[in-house]
Order: sequence, then structure tokens, then C-alpha cells
Amino acid sequence: MSRDRAGPLDYARRWPLRLWVGAVMLFLYLPLASLVLFSFDASRRTIRWEGFTFDWYVRLAGDQALITAFVNSLTIAAMTTLVSVVLGAMAALALWRFRFPLRGAFDGAITLPIVVPEICMGVAMLVFFGTIAPWPRDLAWPFDLGAITIAHITFSFPFVTVVVRARLASFNRELEEAARDLGAGELRALRDVVLPHLRPALIAGALLAFTLSLDDFVITFFTAGPNTVTFPVKIYSMVRFSVTPEVNAASSVLMAITIILTLLGMKLQGTDMAGK
Amino acid sequence: MLIRIENVTKRFGSFVAVDNASLEIAEGEFFALLGPSGCGKTTLLRMLAGLEVPSEGRILIDGVDMAGTPPNRRPVNMVFQSYAVFPHLSVADNVAYGLVIDKVPRAERDARVAEALALVKLGSFAQRRPDQLSGGQRQRVALARALVKRPRVLLLDEPLSALDAKLRDAMRSELAAIQREVGVTFVMVTHDQDEALALASRCALMNSGRLVQIASPGELYESPASRFVADFIGSINLFAGSWQIDASDRRRIISPALPIPIATEAGANPPSGTTIWAGVRPEKIRIVPADAPPADSNSAAGTIVGSAYLGAVTLCDVRTAEGTMIKLSVPNTTPLAAKELAIGRPVRLAWDAAAVVVLTE
Amino acid sequence: MIARPRIEGGSSAAFWTVFAAPALWIVAFFVIPLSVIWAYSFGHTEGLTEVAVTGTLGNYARLSDPVYLWIFGKSLLFAGATTAICLLIGFPYALVMTFAAPRGKVLLLLAIMLPFWTNLLVRTYALMAVMRSEGWINQGLGLIGLGPFEMLHTNFAVVVGLVYVHLPFIVLPLFSTLDRLDRSLIEASLDLGAGHLTTIFRVVIPLVWPGVLSALLLCFIPALGSYLTPDLLGGPDSQMIASVIERQFKRANDWPFGAALSFVLMYLTLAAMAWRALTERRAAARVAA
Repeated sequence: MSRDRAGPLDYARRWPLRLWVGAVMLFLYLPLASLVLFSFDASRRTIRWEGFTFDWYVRLAGDQALITAFVNSLTIAAMTTLVSVVLGAMAALALWRFRFPLRGAFDGAITLPIVVPEICMGVAMLVFFGTIAPWPRDLAWPFDLGAITIAHITFSFPFVTVVVRARLASFNRELEEAARDLGAGELRALRDVVLPHLRPALIAGALLAFTLSLDDFVITFFTAGPNTVTFPVKIYSMVRFSVTPEVNAASSVLMAITIILTLLGMKLQGTDMAGK
Repeated sequence: MLIRIENVTKRFGSFVAVDNASLEIAEGEFFALLGPSGCGKTTLLRMLAGLEVPSEGRILIDGVDMAGTPPNRRPVNMVFQSYAVFPHLSVADNVAYGLVIDKVPRAERDARVAEALALVKLGSFAQRRPDQLSGGQRQRVALARALVKRPRVLLLDEPLSALDAKLRDAMRSELAAIQREVGVTFVMVTHDQDEALALASRCALMNSGRLVQIASPGELYESPASRFVADFIGSINLFAGSWQIDASDRRRIISPALPIPIATEAGANPPSGTTIWAGVRPEKIRIVPADAPPADSNSAAGTIVGSAYLGAVTLCDVRTAEGTMIKLSVPNTTPLAAKELAIGRPVRLAWDAAAVVVLTE
Repeated sequence: MIARPRIEGGSSAAFWTVFAAPALWIVAFFVIPLSVIWAYSFGHTEGLTEVAVTGTLGNYARLSDPVYLWIFGKSLLFAGATTAICLLIGFPYALVMTFAAPRGKVLLLLAIMLPFWTNLLVRTYALMAVMRSEGWINQGLGLIGLGPFEMLHTNFAVVVGLVYVHLPFIVLPLFSTLDRLDRSLIEASLDLGAGHLTTIFRVVIPLVWPGVLSALLLCFIPALGSYLTPDLLGGPDSQMIASVIERQFKRANDWPFGAALSFVLMYLTLAAMAWRALTERRAAARVAA
């Protein structure tokens, strides 16, 4: 059967544009693909393929410092996610429902962490936890991760707010009014009717917060004390100082986790991401 | 023939939007493509404009095959359903757009723009911006913008559908006047049969991608080619029955719906005994006084079971003893006429043989 | 009589339940720390970690020092080059995405977002591997007898890295704007005789311009404040502002100066946000007819 012939507006079917898209893909994915590929390469220094091996992943599993860093990252991410989802949802509800003085200021303050350059936030956290409200040193794990966690929550929960607000926009107000009409108090109605509608957004927001926390480097780098090392920070020192192929393996692991979580999050939010 | 559409088919994936359509449009005609939503009329129009490419068949304008000719090189211009007036340009700049592209010299361009704006009665609006105009005004800008290029064919996509009733009537007369004055061939797409009948010199009725009948409005209304046409344009009473030519060459349809046969003068001549539908339009049925002599054809009796007062006419639903429902439309020639059409009143109906339409499909 | 502040939309109790925690948090852990930095930018160091806020503009004045001016200028150049290149590469991609079939749209969206969600560190490191003397590019060039070129630790590498990282930042808002454009405007332009390129320049670009500006800002500002990419991919002369800031806080111990530099970035960010909000509102009023 003959294909539909392309109309004048079918830009997506013109070969020069398709070539362009292909080139962009190559540009974006070649480095990442080669990274993963060479985490399985037996050779140490050069990129000449010398045989398939899981060695580097095995070494990874045995590297105590790395494992500690990874556990730290997971702990921080977990705590961050929990608090971020709650704070983010609350902020979204407050902005969606109520008109109050200084609403604009609140809205702006919540949006700022998303647009502010990371270095500014990192520096602010450094000073804050260094002199203004010094985090006590030599705390037992996991409390020694407190400062980093607070910093992560601060830049994560606004993202959750954005996601939840988007979902609130599609909420049919009449459902809540029906609940009120049937006798539910205000907070009860919020809990019984609005929260269930928000579930996908909350899950998507949680995955987002988790990923952001797990991946963060700059802010953590500035906030962390010398003894608290997270996974990205450890990888950074490995890249800077001792480039072994283990770094490939570690990076691939991080990449895989991020991709899986992100895809899950996107799936839950629906594929309609065009409304940004 | 200015436009020749030859066996054009358009498919979107497995969906056939236009199925083997062939038609010819003469120069100077006001032609309408009419049909229900999704029948393919807009797709056909867009293929004329070059915005869609036919899957099969060809389109010729002025004898030239338009295959491979992109929209910007066709002697055709279109007024879009949403008007598509450029929001970032003034009215004058909008109208001048096509002339600027064609590199028409400044003096001539300004003159033609002024002429076009005067034609659509927007002369004093030249410097306004689109967001300061009403919907009807924006449509006129779109019209001027297309006509200023003096195309061989002007395409209009549902030109009156977005306007309210009063504006629609006014715009309808204006469109007719403009077409007469400018003499350009207009091809219009509409789902509103009143529009098509009032404006077009010829209509093509489409259904599910196929051309069902191409005729003048009068022919479409009084001589529909099928039940679909008869029912789409206006309303009609249909009686299924079998065809009979008796010894004295009288043509009749014997229908179980009516006790008395239907006589017709229609020219059709199917074999005796064929299943036929006889159609009679509501306005062609009249109420006969109760004491009139009984007729031997084209008559029925029943009770009024519903009546809708529409100001100029009253639409009545009459149910016969056999349970058949007949619709008739009674002009309210006197102020109290409607009152006599009370529910429950028994009536006798009659119509002329000349009003009976014979449909074989 | 003191007028009580009006809270509309529900009861006070409900409002404070949802408003209190995030408001307190954002003030305590964001507004206050940033305000402290802002205050510090007007102070000078006194002792090891004490900073006396004296209201001096000395720290900002130091920016006029040719050394810092040079770095600042170079950062602007890097960010500008990155944004321009991203726009050039990203616009056709966004165009294809806008006019693709629904499934294609989703795939293209996914394809551009996935690298974005990958760790910045990982992405930068991957580029390092590709651009090393023994990396892909040099190996490929070696096959045709060229090179090897020293690509890493150069300004060139920094720009490539910045483009690599910020490309998705541009494509998404570009797509969002293009997608909202009324197709019939493009069709009308073609119908009136304009070719495709003419249509893009005369109709598409003037109408999507506010959205494009938005996209450019969303790319320029983060690129300007970039730390990791220039740090890993750049050479000693490819420093950007963020590196200088880091030095002030971690090694040189000149917090007030570091604070001033940070806040220059902040001022730019806030200015960009304000400008964006302004143009968006003006454009929305113009087109919404």
C-alpha cells in the first residue's frame, strides 16, 4: 500500500531535517553509549576493545569507600524525597486554593530555587551551615547527613510544587464541593477528594525529588563536610584524580538508576509533557 | 472548465477521506461543497489549495496538472475557517502580505490594498491591529487579503459558521454581492444547507468521502438522486412501496404506509414491482377540507399529534390510522392560522402528483 | 483599628495547615541564607571566619579589576556562544518535533530529555572520554590520517560541554512555543505565495519570538553559572565565574568577594526572570484575540 504523500507542512518528513535530528541524537548519545560500552571493556587505559568483562563492576562492589558514598546518597535521597513531597504538595495546595497577601512573594520565593544558579545556592548553604546555624560535627550516621539533606530538600520541593500544581489545574472543583455538601469539613474534603486525584503527581514528584537529590553535585560539594561523601562527589574525585575504568562502571550505574526512575515518573505523569 | 478534479482519492493511513471524486467547476461559478461533518469536503478543498496532496488522481486548474505545485505557486487563494489573520501585522499589512511576497511595486500595492479594503467595507480600518477587530471584521480582512491577489479561484472554508445568526445573514448577502462584482470563481465548503442553497450556483453533496450528487440548488432540492440527498437537504416524507404501471400508463407507488396509492409524474421508469421510495416535501402537503370529495391517490387522513410554531410556518406531525407519521409545514397566512392546528384535531391531507419524487436508492 | 489580612478561598485553619511549613522552610533555609550572602557582599573579612558587614561596595568594585573583568567577560562569551549554538542546533529539532505525528513527538521528547536527566557529572565525564587524546574523535581522525588533536582542557571543550549539557534546556521551551502556534497561519502564508523560509522569517519567528527569548534565557543563565563543566573540561585559562566563586569560599577565604560575585549572578537571574514575565504578559495580550 502506498504511503501517504507528504503535505507542505510535514516538516518532520523532510530528509534534511531528519538528518539533522539524527545528527543531534548521535551527538547526545554517542558519549553516553561509549561510556557504558567501555565499562565492560577489559583494557585499562586505551579504548581499544580487549574483551568483555564484569571486572569493573565487581571492583565497584568491593570498593568500601564507594559503597559508603552510595549508601549516603540513597539515605539522603530517601529523606529528601519524604519531606519534599509533603512540603511541595502543601505549597501547591496553598497557592492553588487561597488568595492571601504576599501570595506573589511566596510564589516567587518557591520558584527561585528552580532558576537560581546552583553555585549561588551552594555558597549560601556553605555559609549558612558553616557560621549562621552550624550543623554539629561528629554526629552519628545518619544525622551527620542532616545539612546536606536540608539543602537537598530546599531545592527539591519547588519541583514537586510545579508537578503538583500542574495536576491541580485539572481538578474538577465540583468534586470537592460535593464532598462539602455531603458534610465533610474543609480539611477532610481535601484529604478525601483532592489527595487521591493528586496521587500520580505525588508519585511523579517523589521520583523527581529522588533523582534530583541522587544526582546533585554542586550544592552537595559546597555543603558537605570532609567526612560526608555522596556518590556523585566520590565520582568527581575519582574523575579528577584517578581515572580508572571503575569510574565508567560507577557512572553507568548512576545513569541506569536515573533513567529507570525518570521513565517511571514520566509514565505516571502521562505522556503529555507538552504543557510546560 | 476552470477546475477539473479527476478520480481523486485521499487516504490518511487506512482512513479514506475522499473516495474517487471527480468533478468540474466552470469559471465564474459560485460552487459549494456540502455535506455532514467528516464527509471529506474540507479535505477536497485543501487539496485544491495544495495543503494536502492527493493519494491518487489529479487536479487540473486552467488545464494545468497541479501535481508537484506547492500552495504558494497556485493561482488559488483561501479564506481559512479560523481566518488566520496574522496577529503581528496591521490590517493593511495583512492585506498587503501576498503583494509584498510578489514584489509588487509600492504605489500599485497601496492602491490595490485600498481597493480590496473598500470592497469589504473596511476602508477606515487599515491601521487597526487584529486584536482590535471583531470576528466578522477579521473575516473580511481574510477575504480582502485573498482577493487582493486576484486569484483564479477563491476557496472558502466554512465562511459563515462562526458568525451569529444576524451577522450570518448580512455576510451571506455580502459574499454573494462581492462574488458578482469581482467575478472570481468561488468554491465554498459548508455543512449548512441553507448557506449552500442560497449562495451557490451549483452544489456537490458529499457523504463519507464520496460525491453523491452534483447539481444546482433547485435540482438538489426538487430532484434528489437518493434518500440521503433528499433527507440531508430540507426534510422529506418517505414512503416505501412497489412501483406499478397500470394499463392506462399511470405511474403509481403502492405503499403499505398509506391506504391510497401515490401517483407521480416523475420521469423515472423502473420495472414494475421494484421497491421504490416516494418522497413528498412537507411544504407541498396541504390540508383539505373535510367535506371535499375522496381522492383516488395522493391523499391521507390522520390526527395532529404534534405541532411546532416557528413564527412564519407551523410544522405539524400527523399520524394516520396505519400509524404512519407525516410531516407537513403550514404557512401561517393569517395570525390565527396556527391556532387551528391543535393537537388532536383530525385532518385530511393531499398533495399533487407533480410534488412526488421517486427514489430508487 | 488594625485591618486583619484577608485570606480568601477557605478557612484560616486550612490555610495555615498547608501554608505554614513550606513558608517557614523556604524562609529559614533559602531566603535567610541568601540574604546573609547578600549582606556579606557588602562586608569584609575580619579574622578567620568572621565577616563584618559594613555596607561597603568595595567587593563589587573589585569586579572592575581587569583580571576579574576578563573572567566575567569570558564567562559571558562562553554562555553567549553556548546559547547561540544551542539555538541553531535546537530550532530545527523543535520544528521536527512540532510537526511530527503524536507518537514521533513523544519519542523525540524522550530522546532529548533522557540525557538531561542523566547526571551532569556522568555526562561531562562521558564527553571527556570522547575528546581525550585516545578518545573516539581522535581515533576516528587517526583513521584518516589526522590529529591527534588536544581537545580536552581547552576553551573549545568547555563550549562543547556547555552545549552538550544545555541543549535540552532550549529545545523544550522552543517546542512548547512552536506547538502553540496556529498552523493555519503558516498555511495562510504559503497560500498567499510565500515559500517555506520566507514564512518562517516573516510569520513564525515574529510570533514565537517571546517564547524564543524565554528559551534563550533559560539556557544563558544556567550556562553562565556553570561550575562542573568548565572545571572538568577546561584548561587553566578557561575559568568561568563559578570557579572564581568556589575559590573565594574554599581556598582564598574571601567570603565577601565571593558573595558579591554570587550576587552578580543572582541579579542577572532576577533581571532575566522579570524581563521574561514582562514580555510574556505583553505578548499574550497581543496575540490573544
